[in-house]
Amino acid sequence: MSAPEGLAVVMPAAAEPLVRRPRAGMGWLFWCSLGWVALVLLAAACAQWLPLPDPTRMSLMSRAQGMSAAHWLGTDGLGRDLLARVVYGARVSMTVGLLAPLIATFVGGALGLMAGYWRGWFGKFAMGAMDVLLTFPPIVLMLVLTAYLGASLTNLTVVLAVLFIPVAARISRAVTLALVQREFVVAARALGATDARIMLREILPLLVLPMLSFFLFSVAVVIVLEGALSFLALGLPPPTPTWGNMIGEGRNLLESAPHVAFVPACVMFITVLALNLIGDAVRAVAEPNRGH
Amino acid sequence: MGLLDIDNLHVSLPTPRGDVQAVAGVSLSLMPGRALGIVGESGSGKTMLSRAVLRLLPRSAKVAGRIAFDGRDVMALDARALRDLRGREMAVVFQDPMTSLNPVLSIGMQITETLREHFGTPRGEALARAAALLASVGIPEPERRLRQFPHELSGGMRQRVAIAIALACEPKLLFADEPTSALDVTVQAQILDLLAAERARRHMALVLITHDLGVVAGRTEELAVMYAGRIMEHGSTREVFKHTRHPYTRALLAAIPRLDRKPHEPLAAIGGTLPDPTRRPPGCAFAPRCPRAEAGCLVARDALPARGESAHLSACWREAEDLKVQA
Repeated sequence: MSAPEGLAVVMPAAAEPLVRRPRAGMGWLFWCSLGWVALVLLAAACAQWLPLPDPTRMSLMSRAQGMSAAHWLGTDGLGRDLLARVVYGARVSMTVGLLAPLIATFVGGALGLMAGYWRGWFGKFAMGAMDVLLTFPPIVLMLVLTAYLGASLTNLTVVLAVLFIPVAARISRAVTLALVQREFVVAARALGATDARIMLREILPLLVLPMLSFFLFSVAVVIVLEGALSFLALGLPPPTPTWGNMIGEGRNLLESAPHVAFVPACVMFITVLALNLIGDAVRAVAEPNRGH
Repeated sequence: MGLLDIDNLHVSLPTPRGDVQAVAGVSLSLMPGRALGIVGESGSGKTMLSRAVLRLLPRSAKVAGRIAFDGRDVMALDARALRDLRGREMAVVFQDPMTSLNPVLSIGMQITETLREHFGTPRGEALARAAALLASVGIPEPERRLRQFPHELSGGMRQRVAIAIALACEPKLLFADEPTSALDVTVQAQILDLLAAERARRHMALVLITHDLGVVAGRTEELAVMYAGRIMEHGSTREVFKHTRHPYTRALLAAIPRLDRKPHEPLAAIGGTLPDPTRRPPGCAFAPRCPRAEAGCLVARDALPARGESAHLSACWREAEDLKVQA
């Protein structure tokens, strides 16, 4: 009996460095990022109840002012309150930024899952169509579509979603291809499971984390893309504020009042960074080879 | 006619180097409630044989011959009938419970899914049955286990869960494909005894596939020894062990390490390797490695005599000669 007891005294000390291994990416950065994204979403959702001035009311008396008690983040070239414009701009950025990736993740994810499971003519056809979509230069495609359909929130969302569907489909198909080889899928088939059940019950739960990671990553990319489009005047037309057209309008004042462009740029930068950090944390959890 | 009748089954799998003949003319018959052991080294086609019966082979595989289960032609079943057959009448326990259980589904979910799929059992009832099943395969605290995930269980426990899943729908035939090869030696006997006990209790037929003669000894009634896709010797387990007839079976038995041998004595191994499955020798597949082979073995095809002549069959044609000489 004495030997095991002696071991028990020695063991914890030896095992301690192993126990203190940092947990995958869930540090303060993750929680700060989550807090920031939640704040932006909340502000965008409640914009009309917040005590903010009208984001489209111009005042020629107070053009391009710096920060003050009346205008916390200053005003733009037409005297509009920048804080109000950033908050209202978040509505467009976040709506497009969340909806387009959401559509892409669901449609592309489902297509990829089926293409990975039915590798016959269906898989070949679906992935062929995705490859064709991938060959369009995105900016040119959006230029053409907005020129024909006009720039509206719906069109912007649909165009960006269509651009991201092939990427989602490829990720989902790659994960599915690896999972279909696994023995538990053969085991499910040996137990008389239908194709639908194997896809929904056996494979889908293992697709959730990689697809969530893709979703967060693409939200960040779509926000930047929407900004780029608005900057090129292909996004929503003024006076509706979006982060992209705010930066675009601030470009003319870069020498005299740089904050007009920097405020929306900073907000976009922090939001995209936060989303990427959350995405990284999710990917770290999703990684299959992190041991048991 | 038995529960499972396999007649002259051929399975070949296309590879870049040519077709691999995984199963080359196997005939077997299994009566309800009987236990059959299939023994062979890796690559002998024993797993492909079981996959062919369940029609789990890759789509590119070419299958010829007849497989009848309970009088139905398995090869001719449509997708729906096949789904009804799998799980409900035939079930499988795979080698490695690490990979055959879904890592992200709870144990309870994995057992009840099968019940709900085949019988439409309501959720509550299915969970109660799942708990009873877990208890019957010797898992303590079954209610708590239902909410756990595979990684929270030990290897032996996981294999018990896999057996519970396979038994959920009371199949008439259970395939156990190397069910203990991935487990600790101490757990192997427990799992094998559990399989034997469940078989006896449910009057279920069992096909136990293994590379280890020690696994089938005393646990199966019949034994088939496979080599290079063919059955070399087939008979009652007791007969095959006691009056071994085929040189390959004899070599396998001699290769088992024994405690009563002197220390440091080299183990008997079978020289050579399995024949290239894409280019099969014309004569007996075992002839190149057989200690008793002579010129004729390289030309004459080995063939298991037709069933019914005797309960104990050997594919070695030289042995028939020996018997004639004796007589």
